[in-house]
Amino acid sequence: MSSIVIRTENISKQYRLGSVGTGSLIHDINRVFYRFRGKEDPYLQIGETNDRSKKGSSKYVWALKDINFEVNQGEVLGIIGRNGAGKSTLLKILSRTTTPTTGSIKIKGRVASLLEVGTGFHPELSGRENIFLNGAILGMTKHEIIKKFDEIVDFAGVERYIDTPVKRYSSGMYVRLAFGVAAHLEPEILVVDEVLAVGDAEFQKKALGKMKDVSSKDGRTVLFVSHNMTAINSLCQKGLLLSNGLILESGPINNVLDTYYNSFRAMRSVEYIGEGPIRKAYIKTSNSGVFSSDELKIVLYFFTEIPIQNIVLGIVIRDHQDTAIVGVNNKHYYSEKLNNTPLSEGEITITIPSISLMPGDYKIDLFLGDSTTDIDIAENALHFTIQETNVNPTSIRLDYRLNKIFLNKIKWDLSTDLLEK
Amino acid sequence: MNEANNKDYWDQVIKPKGKLLDLHIKEVWRYRDLMWLFVKRDFSAQYKQTILGPVWHFIQPIFTTIMFLFVFGKIANIPTDGIQPVLFYMSGITIWNYFSACLNATSNTFVANAGIFGKVYFPRLVLPLSVVLSNIIRFGIQFLLLLSVMIFYGLKNGSFYIGISWLLIPLLVLMMAGLGLGLGIIISALTTKYRDLTVLIGFAVQLLMYATPVAYPLSFIQDKSFAAWIEWNPLSPIVEAFRYALFGKGMLDYTGLLYSGGFICIILFIGMLIFSKVERSFMDTV
Repeated sequence: MSSIVIRTENISKQYRLGSVGTGSLIHDINRVFYRFRGKEDPYLQIGETNDRSKKGSSKYVWALKDINFEVNQGEVLGIIGRNGAGKSTLLKILSRTTTPTTGSIKIKGRVASLLEVGTGFHPELSGRENIFLNGAILGMTKHEIIKKFDEIVDFAGVERYIDTPVKRYSSGMYVRLAFGVAAHLEPEILVVDEVLAVGDAEFQKKALGKMKDVSSKDGRTVLFVSHNMTAINSLCQKGLLLSNGLILESGPINNVLDTYYNSFRAMRSVEYIGEGPIRKAYIKTSNSGVFSSDELKIVLYFFTEIPIQNIVLGIVIRDHQDTAIVGVNNKHYYSEKLNNTPLSEGEITITIPSISLMPGDYKIDLFLGDSTTDIDIAENALHFTIQETNVNPTSIRLDYRLNKIFLNKIKWDLSTDLLEK
Repeated sequence: MNEANNKDYWDQVIKPKGKLLDLHIKEVWRYRDLMWLFVKRDFSAQYKQTILGPVWHFIQPIFTTIMFLFVFGKIANIPTDGIQPVLFYMSGITIWNYFSACLNATSNTFVANAGIFGKVYFPRLVLPLSVVLSNIIRFGIQFLLLLSVMIFYGLKNGSFYIGISWLLIPLLVLMMAGLGLGLGIIISALTTKYRDLTVLIGFAVQLLMYATPVAYPLSFIQDKSFAAWIEWNPLSPIVEAFRYALFGKGMLDYTGLLYSGGFICIILFIGMLIFSKVERSFMDTV
């Protein structure tokens, strides 16, 4: 039953960095020269792995290197990885918008790619005209579109605007219409890139539901790239984790997600270096990453010309929307004094024994002062991420929309004593 | 999975290098609806939010004709082979416009559509073909204008030429389409990495018009020293033959047309060859 529909064999993709100009012309001529003499392309050998944050010596990088995997029919494969890991390059090759530098891919069935919603939408044309145009670009015939037309309009919920140019649409309507067309494609293999990141919550739910139907009801194969791990977890059975163009892990989605989170743990070590009295600050944790209810330590080193008496050190923690969640200093806690004699230099450690925050990205502002005024403020000084994990302290994931903070170790006790009395 | 090792099991194999000439003609045919929709899009989007709408198709040839009438007819006093001057200029402009529109639009194929090409696959040849088609419609409109002007002068002078030579017109239009498409896709393929040619094409098409007997008859320059240059221009026999076909005056140069035809075949072949090579991975360099 489960037959293979995609098989990639050692596919690699090399890109040249920098701009196209005289320099690249010289390389092109060189390449022709080498081929003429029957030698291998000299620039294929020197590519480096693709780590965008490090400076490399070569102008050529491998966006993908020796990728091998297989996908069975009806499977939903989630492709994950950090920015620049090669996910989109892989999808581009699969959807034939570019070719691999080496290797080959074998495909059984028709592939439709959805790397962007509304490809080819023309702003001057009406919704109706755009449905036909976009549908045809995605590979549908006119006949198929006519058959699905009402369904698409209904799915998008834009019936009233169907004869208005799409440039007059709200951005939400535009996306709904575009996804509506894409969702009614009927290829054997669907390649989807991050298209769920648009639209409101209701629409996202609708889109996710549609994707689920596509695979489970119709038995079609879906390759899905997303940074939304909740969506990946609920949609996919199998996963593929890419990192710097290499496959780091592949297999059942749970294993892949675990590896993904662990790769983040190793990454976080953010430091603040300042010119003012707050010279240096960093986050110290027991592990190299932070999970809800882990211990979090903030270490700050200060140096001032004028010694400070009664040092006050405050922190404000903000979430990704810049909303302050916590704002505390040592005065708030029993007027605790750090020092009585003036100091011009020292290291202060703030220990939060159990950080009760939901998974997500957070920023810390630091305030250094004496008992009356602030001497130095370092806004946005430190960043940290509370990791999402499968080994959450709660048995299932909490709903983000309801929970802004994480309450650890809540107990539910049921007592039957009352009834007996 | 034994069957998976079978070569015929797979519908599609993506490899770094394809066949030398792989135009996916079958696929182009499957995407014919898309081609037609592109034609419709080009056509209906162009004059949206204009008051005159498609009337604009008339205005350009009319004004160019008036301009030529003054500059070449009145100031330079160039004869028109015994053809009514307005008709002479307008016929030349109509067929020339078709060629230059095809060339200009197809030479932009890759760069202008990189946005779509980068996101979804369809046979790339669909786009330049749709450009040639939508320009045929535009040519048709301008040809109708030319016809009505011809009828106007015919009624005025009491003579109107219709002959067997009219049957040549579709062939000549096809030749213009072939040449415009062939040159256009060569340029579009060459400009994906180095854009130098884009700068050139802007004024080269304009200059080329003066090297083609659009504003003067070929007979006028026959005894000049540079005549050979104009005669070697594969466009010259087509424009001349177009006038012969319409008005029945002058001579039909069969050798010239054959030469043009051969030239077009070679250009089209080279064009397809380069196009099929570039279309596979131009996204990386565009």
